[in-house]
Amino acid sequence: MIQFINALLISIGAGSIYALMAIAMVLVWRSTRVVNFAQAGMALLSTYIGYELIQVTGNFWISLPMAMVLGAGISALVEILLIRTLIKHSTSGPVAGIVPIIATLGLLGLIRATIGFIWGNQDVQIQPPLSKVGFSVGSETLALSPMNLLVLGTVLAMMLVLGFIFQKTHLGLSLRASAYSPEIAQLAGIRVAAIRTIGWAIAGAAGAAAGLLQTVNGTGALSPDSLEFSLLLTFGFIAAVIGGLESLPGAVLGAFILGLVLAITQIYISGTLVFIVAFVLLLLVLLIRPQGVIGAKVGRRA
Amino acid sequence: MSINSTLLSAKGVNVSFGGLRALHDVYLDLHSNEVVGVIGPNGAGKTTLFNAICGLVTPDSGSFSFLGKDREWPQTNELAKLGIARTLQGVGLFPDLTVLENVMIGAQKFAKTGLISAGLGRNKSDEAELQQRAMTALERVYAGALADRRASTLAYPDTKRVAIARALVSEPKVLMLDEPAGGLGSQDIEWMNGLIRNLTSSMSVLIVEHHMDVVMSVCDRLYVLNFGEVISSGSADDVRRDPAVIAAYLGTGA
Repeated sequence: MIQFINALLISIGAGSIYALMAIAMVLVWRSTRVVNFAQAGMALLSTYIGYELIQVTGNFWISLPMAMVLGAGISALVEILLIRTLIKHSTSGPVAGIVPIIATLGLLGLIRATIGFIWGNQDVQIQPPLSKVGFSVGSETLALSPMNLLVLGTVLAMMLVLGFIFQKTHLGLSLRASAYSPEIAQLAGIRVAAIRTIGWAIAGAAGAAAGLLQTVNGTGALSPDSLEFSLLLTFGFIAAVIGGLESLPGAVLGAFILGLVLAITQIYISGTLVFIVAFVLLLLVLLIRPQGVIGAKVGRRA
Repeated sequence: MSINSTLLSAKGVNVSFGGLRALHDVYLDLHSNEVVGVIGPNGAGKTTLFNAICGLVTPDSGSFSFLGKDREWPQTNELAKLGIARTLQGVGLFPDLTVLENVMIGAQKFAKTGLISAGLGRNKSDEAELQQRAMTALERVYAGALADRRASTLAYPDTKRVAIARALVSEPKVLMLDEPAGGLGSQDIEWMNGLIRNLTSSMSVLIVEHHMDVVMSVCDRLYVLNFGEVISSGSADDVRRDPAVIAAYLGTGA
């Protein structure tokens, strides 16, 4: 019983971080039709910036929101300087549609090299702001620590803020309309270019939060070729696809489904199978429900 | 502005797509408070002319003036500010949004808070105002009762009403309607005609339309395009009797 409860708790902890990453990927996909393979690289850069901020301020609680703001800025700059130019100029030829996607692969390499250049290839270490020791009930220790609660709380807060923006503001209305059809949105008077940049910026903030929280929730170690960040990209992307790639609630749901499946695999079968099980899940979704768990059978969603 | 002053004018418009000449030396004037129709056989260049005015197509040459001032051809994202609104042939509602939200999108130019401060939640009065404006526009096309429906659940004639409401909500000086009667039954067409005539008290209307009944009964003046050229213009009666127009429609060559 305690094993099953722990599986659930682990899945919620892991799922919340995948959810942040999945949200970032969905926002970028909706605003520019780009799968951003550099998302985890940008998150890694934001996390290194978070590390520097913690060194300077000595305070995690100030550094987290600051890293998110800077992550948003970096992401917005990438959209303005790189993606916008590529979309504008690559309009014909067989690879036109995927040029920006290929460019994000290049960007990933560039970011890693830059990080290695600035911070060196040795690990840097971030101290966790809260205890990572699980709460105990009687003689049992739960797989739920104050640190896990912080992660979960941040994800919930982020989802509430995004829900408010998307449902209650004209920014959200513009984001939804532009995702469905940039052409019609523009004719109706929406500044689509600005909306795209804002979509990328929000994604950058979500990615920064995912990166920093994953690091302090894990070993605290940070390196330019971090395996954890590669997995973050993979699992975030799989979660987004499970959710249909178009839908923010879908991405969050997908993240928790993935988290649960992986936690059960890890506890009841073997930790070494996690990666394989994730891919099997991805393939199953693509074969059986390619529109995602809550997606309708349409191409674009508003 | 005096009555019947020229609101919008395009001259010497040339558009080509690769080797294909879509518009050749086309001209068009729109005065205040009038309804002007652009007609012609399929592929005559009617929608291309609309697209040029909306910044969706860049003319190779030609001059454009708006409110009596010569200016560059408008960019798509300037249209709402300039006071030009357009509906699309394919209606173009956002299916996952409610009817009210669809119309609110057209009212964005009235929002006082910027996009970013709106995202920070400083937009209460704006949201209320945009909703109010959207509701007024919906009532103007007798679609107020549909406000909370998702656009994907509407019957086709209703989607046309909502599309017009979304164009009206920006309070345009020029309303461009791309085939407003397309796909409508005779009752709805009658309703649409009445609406278009009513609108001229506050704006000018430019129509692309196949439906001859609609064009003849609502338009003050017509331009007839064939193979990308203006072959005739004037009142409905003038155009109807023009041998060049008859030839174009009967396909005997002028």
